[in-house]
This record gives sequence, structure tokens and C-alpha cells, in this order.
Amino acid sequence: MIETKKIVAIGGSAGSLPVVLQILQTISPNFIIPIVIVLHRLKNTPSELDKIVSITRSDLKLKEPDDKEPVYPGYIYIAPANYHLLVEADKCFSLDYSEPVQYSRPSIDVTFESMAAVYGADLSAILLSGANNDGMEGITRVIEKGGKAIVQSPVTSEYPVMPAAAIRKNPAAFVCTPVEIIGYLEQLNPF
Amino acid sequence: MTNEEVDEIILLLHREHGYDFSNYSPASFKRRVLRVIALNRIANFYDLKFALVNDKKFAGHFVQEITVNVTEMFRDPQFFSALSSRVLPTLASYPSIKIWHAGCSTGEEVYSLAILLHEAGLLKRSRIYATDINTAALEKAKKGIIDVRLVKEYTQSYIKTGGKNDFSSYYTARYDNAIIKKELRESVVFSQHNLVVDGAFNEFQLICCRNVLIYFNRVLQNRVLNLFYNSLAPLGFMGLGIKEAILFADIKNKFDAVDNTVKIFRRKD
Ligand SMILES: C[S@@+](CC[C@H](N)C(=O)[O-])C[C@H]1O[C@@H](n2cnc3c(N)ncnc32)[C@H](O)[C@@H]1O
Repeated sequence: MIETKKIVAIGGSAGSLPVVLQILQTISPNFIIPIVIVLHRLKNTPSELDKIVSITRSDLKLKEPDDKEPVYPGYIYIAPANYHLLVEADKCFSLDYSEPVQYSRPSIDVTFESMAAVYGADLSAILLSGANNDGMEGITRVIEKGGKAIVQSPVTSEYPVMPAAAIRKNPAAFVCTPVEIIGYLEQLNPF
Repeated sequence: MTNEEVDEIILLLHREHGYDFSNYSPASFKRRVLRVIALNRIANFYDLKFALVNDKKFAGHFVQEITVNVTEMFRDPQFFSALSSRVLPTLASYPSIKIWHAGCSTGEEVYSLAILLHEAGLLKRSRIYATDINTAALEKAKKGIIDVRLVKEYTQSYIKTGGKNDFSSYYTARYDNAIIKKELRESVVFSQHNLVVDGAFNEFQLICCRNVLIYFNRVLQNRVLNLFYNSLAPLGFMGLGIKEAILFADIKNKFDAVDNTVKIFRRKD
């Protein structure tokens, strides 16, 4: 089996879905680095996954992880509604039904922070459009642990508040347009 | 706080107070510890250790705070409607029905289940044993009090499960609270049970344990799933949280999936 130590985390809120879809439409079918996507969404709505699956390509391996499921290469994971999604040191997912953080569950901060602790420099975290402050702390943790932190440029964001807050707090984060983000992901893949 | 420091706290809680958290999921456990530190304005790791050793009251409070007691009524309406359509009709064939609700927290899911049993005409023949490690949560559960501000949301979830009645017929509103009707409360026995160390205490036709296993590592999940298996009557049902799996347990082949999307299983023999 092909091995990769790397991993990608993507967090988005209002206005981020089109960018996520754009990434998923263009990503190489050989992209083996696992991607973990955390999107804010309405409570008790049927899974966002179904929607994403229905409008993206059928060759992508998209999945809402179950608790304690190992992180596999080649998979794109979507955080399930109403849970925080964490990754444990043994590289298995762990779900958490504790209080929302910054009014959000799943919280981007929680996932970024937990993945930063486990993956360190192997993590690339990408924060997209949104109208709140989630992700700002998470990006800080990613940088502290030596990971690559990328924030969607506010001018290209439908809702610039979230990326702008993250950039203000984290001058070391890379500010990128969606096209640059896609380019970055392409060169990250070993094939 | 480093992982080693968290391990020290776990050792200390076990040694001084008899609570063993060593097989909890490390990432969420650590978040919990940090949360208690922040809420109680504890300055550093040493102060925390000192308080845990010397302040018995604080230690008790700490254990209550470490467990995640978040819950709601009719969370995951698909789960509850699947219980109604795929489990309750079978339970109806038993003269008396015994149900174990493990990790019931403040009781919201227990009362949701009692409502379904009532609507299926089964409540009078049913006894629900609701357990949790957290005694403060159990005390609250017994009272059957819900915050009136949540009633609107619960009503919507109730309707989504296919509920047949007026949700307001299940509680009495008083000031800021809604109190669950007595007939529902009377069908439940609440008691403390620690899934880490306590054993089987009865035989059940249905066990519900939702969003508790996520806090355990695979070793402890395995123990608890074996305990559930041994506490189920032959062909008894088990309902877990919709993102919880039995895939990683040695006992997985002894269950059939009744509904794999909402995680309802059935003991094979
Ligand atoms: C998130 S709540 C789940 C409540 C409810 N079942 C739901 O899904 O809405 C988790 C519960 O598990 C309980 N719990 C944690 N560790 C436990 C243990 N070792 N034994 C029994 N209950 C435990 C906690 O006290 C808490 O009430």
C-alpha cells in the first residue's frame, strides 16, 4: 500500500461550500493524502455529505468517519453534523459531543488543534470563507506545531470575517486564492 | 499541558479517588481537563494536582465536570423513528419489557424513549433502568425538569420522529421549566453504574447507550460491548450513537445489524 505521512485539513463556514466543491472537482484522482473537511452547518439537517457526494465526482472516496475509525490514505473525510471531530495519537478519529465551541459543533478550532498535535509539520491546514471567528485559534496551533497554515484571501471570500480574523492573529499564515490553494494541493501529492 | 501531565492526573484520580479514566479517548479527555482548569481558574498543573489530592470536594466536582453530560430530547430523529418502527413491534410480544439506558446523563433521551413506549402502548409493561457514572446528572434526571427555552426545539425533533401526539401533553410548564409528566417518570429507575468497572445487573430486551462509547478507547469499548452482549436477552436489541461502530470489537460477529445507518444491532442468539 502507498504510504503518506501527510494530511490536509480544511475548515469552512458561510460561503465556503463552493470553494470546497471546486477543490473536490479538480483534485487528482490519485490524490492519496487524506483530507479532513470541517464545515459549519445547520443542526439536525441530513448530512452535508449526501449533498457533496451528489454534486462531485463519483470516483472520490468521500466519507463521514465513524468513531475510532483509522485515517486511511486516499480518503476525503467530512466531519459529521453535531460532533467535534478529533484525531488521536494512533491516527484514528475520535468524536466528541461536548459543548459547541464559538457556537460551532463541529468546531474548526477543535479539529485543527487536535490534528496539529498529532501530525505537526505533516499537516497542511486550510481555512476558508466564513462569518465568525472559528479557525483562528486552530491556525495558531498549526503554526506552533510546525504545520503549514493557509487562509483563503478575504477578497476572494464570500464572507471575509473568518479568514480576516485568522490572518490578523496569525501573520505567519499564507494567504491564498482558491486557485492557489488548488495549486498548492496538487504539488503536495507525491504523484 | 503535556500528555505526560494528563497521564499523571489520570493516575492520581485512580489512586486517590478510585476513578479509572485510563481507557478514555486521550484527545477529548485532555480537552476536558483543560476546560475544568479554565472554568475553575486554576493557575497551573501543580495547583490542579494539589487540589485533587487535598480537596475532596473539588475532586468530586472535577470528576463530574470531566464527563460530558451534553444531551437533548429526540436527538437524531431517524434513530428514534427506527426504534419505533423496527424494535418496539418486537418488544410488544414480551409480557414485560426491560430496558437499560446506559450513560443517560440528565435523562432527556430516557424520557424520549418513554414517550415512544407510551405511544406504542407499551409503557405500562416497561421498566427502564437508566444509569450513569455521574450522580449529579442522575439527580437532575430524576426530577425530569427541562429548560422551557429548549421545548420548541424538542417539539420539532419530536415531530420529526413521527410523534403522534401534542408534545405539550408530556410535560407541565411551570415558570422557566417544563416538568416531565409523572407517568413517564414513574417508568424509570435511575441509579449509578460505572461502565469501566461495574458488571451486568439484569437481562434486557433493549439496551441504549448513545454517545458514551465515543469517550472510550477501543479497549474499553470492547469491554463495554461485551458487557452489553452479556446483559442482553437472546435476540435483544442494542442502540448506539449514529457514529459509533462495533466493527473494532472482538464480539462484532455476535450481533446482526438491524439498521446500520442509525446503529441498531441485535444479539444473534
Ligand atoms: C454525551 S452524554 C450522552 C447522553 C445521551 N445518551 C445522549 O446521547 O444524548 C455521555 C454520558 O456518559 C456518561 N459516562 C461517561 N463515562 C461513563 C462511565 N464510565 N460509566 C457510565 N457512564 C459514563 C457521562 O457521565 C455522560 O452523562
